[in-house]
Amino acid sequence: MSNITSLSLTSLVNNIKNKKLSSEEITKAFVDRSEKSKELNSYISEDFSNAIDKAKKFDQNPNLNLKLPGIPMAVKDLFCTQNIRTTAGSKILENFIPTYESTVTQNIWNEGAILLGKLNCDEFAMGSSNETSFFGNVQNPIDKGLVPGGSSGGSAAAVSGQLTPVTIGTDTGGSIRQPASFTGIVGLKPTYGSCSRYGIVAFASSLDQAGPMAQNVEDCALLQEVISSYDKKDSTSIDFKRNEYSKELTKDIKGKKIGIPKEYRIDGMPKEIEDLWQKGIQYVKDCGAEIIDISLPNTSYALPTYYIVAPAEASSNLARYDGVKYGFRANGENLIDMYEKTRSEGFGAEVQRRIMIGTYVLSSGYYDAYYLKAQKVRKLIKNDFDEAYKKVDAILTPSTPSSAFKIGEKKDDPVSMYLNDIFTVPVNLAGLPAISIPAGHDASGYPLGLQIIGKVFKEQEILNIAYAMEEKISFKNKITDWWIK
Amino acid sequence: MSIDLKTIKHISKLSRISVDEQKAEKLAGDLNSIFEFIEKLNELNTDKVEPLTSVAETTLKFRSDEVQSKNIREQIIKNSPEDNDDFFVVPKVVE
Repeated sequence: MSNITSLSLTSLVNNIKNKKLSSEEITKAFVDRSEKSKELNSYISEDFSNAIDKAKKFDQNPNLNLKLPGIPMAVKDLFCTQNIRTTAGSKILENFIPTYESTVTQNIWNEGAILLGKLNCDEFAMGSSNETSFFGNVQNPIDKGLVPGGSSGGSAAAVSGQLTPVTIGTDTGGSIRQPASFTGIVGLKPTYGSCSRYGIVAFASSLDQAGPMAQNVEDCALLQEVISSYDKKDSTSIDFKRNEYSKELTKDIKGKKIGIPKEYRIDGMPKEIEDLWQKGIQYVKDCGAEIIDISLPNTSYALPTYYIVAPAEASSNLARYDGVKYGFRANGENLIDMYEKTRSEGFGAEVQRRIMIGTYVLSSGYYDAYYLKAQKVRKLIKNDFDEAYKKVDAILTPSTPSSAFKIGEKKDDPVSMYLNDIFTVPVNLAGLPAISIPAGHDASGYPLGLQIIGKVFKEQEILNIAYAMEEKISFKNKITDWWIK
Repeated sequence: MSIDLKTIKHISKLSRISVDEQKAEKLAGDLNSIFEFIEKLNELNTDKVEPLTSVAETTLKFRSDEVQSKNIREQIIKNSPEDNDDFFVVPKVVE
């Protein structure tokens, strides 16, 4: 087989089960391509030789009943991996080697997958372009000089560039869906509480969720099936009946009611995004679904709410980085001086900015005006969705207000960077599941995504809608391998 | 509302991040543009709205208060920047 890395996860699994390919052949193919793809800067840490050893071991005594038998996989460097460096894209964790494994990655290894390495991301997942990483920006496989999106930018680039068959990212305000959209792949942000947060470096705990990123919907469903589990180690993990997402996948969405929220038609939205949305509406109609106009009146307040809630939680979560228990330490004249220098030298500019916003909105005299206010507006935003879901089964919107932008283009303007997440953030605030699927290209040939938002725990529903749409769209990613010499 | 350098110094102290003059000015500019954007929330009347603290529609589960991890001192100390095998070491705090 000449081009193993272009095969889907499902096809790789079938090839292993039918003994047409060995884990070693597959692992070597992805290692080889990853080695040739250094220019993308997708990896922070590589574990290639161990991966090949593990693959050989798997082949000696293959357990073909597993869901990911001998499948190599790189994961976002926000998941703690036992004895493998985990940096969260930050200098402050540059040398951190976890002594334990995150539940989500453990679920993946339990099904037979093999770790390839740890993928680049924005520092502490704070960013929309992967430019805040201490380990440098990531190139989008679509074109040189283009951001892959963020914060799961290395993950998106690795799937799109075929350095890993599938991967996992995390999504606090759009960090799976926006990079998926920018790189022409599928990304699912599950319902809050579906995937355990145990062992994931925390950013904003009431919003963070892990989720799968893949070349197609079927692969995405399979990986979601593996990673989603009830976990006692995460107090907000929810014990609900999980579907066998890949087995139950169907293109039959006849009679489903799909909502189109008028508030997502924002001022200044490029015509190509509007056109893409209209095309998407036509596709779901062609599949026999019914289109219903809905209103989510508080949509425009979602981003300002997010930029209070997320930094507030981050400022609290990141208080643990004090140069004492683990991570980077700068020398200081006394304890306080050591704390202040450690945090000033260890955190990058965006992380410091967000810690300071969060500290301010939680500080005495400002708590009610900002934090409490934001929690109240968050309630209104959730109410909007609750109201809409009385009439519809799912909601269709664009994933992002633009295609991928150039590296450096928005770096010095935080607010314009934040606007990237305008369509994805409301979903996290309401704790809903949502999937981004590639649906077309802009004039430059850069991919554009559509987002399907579901009801809580209805991952199967949005996966089915995405599966049906995927067939109609028949999207082809335009990857030229420009970075391979 | 405007965030001045004095406020930046105050937040810097609260968040234990040292900030020099140059950085303070940059931060003041950034934070002002972000807060200008956040002020939009004041358009909404939320007097009768209950704040939302968790989206997980579930009640927190009780569990017995038992030690799950025993004898992990070595693991806990392992990643510390400075230790003396048994304890974390920090700059002297008592004269």
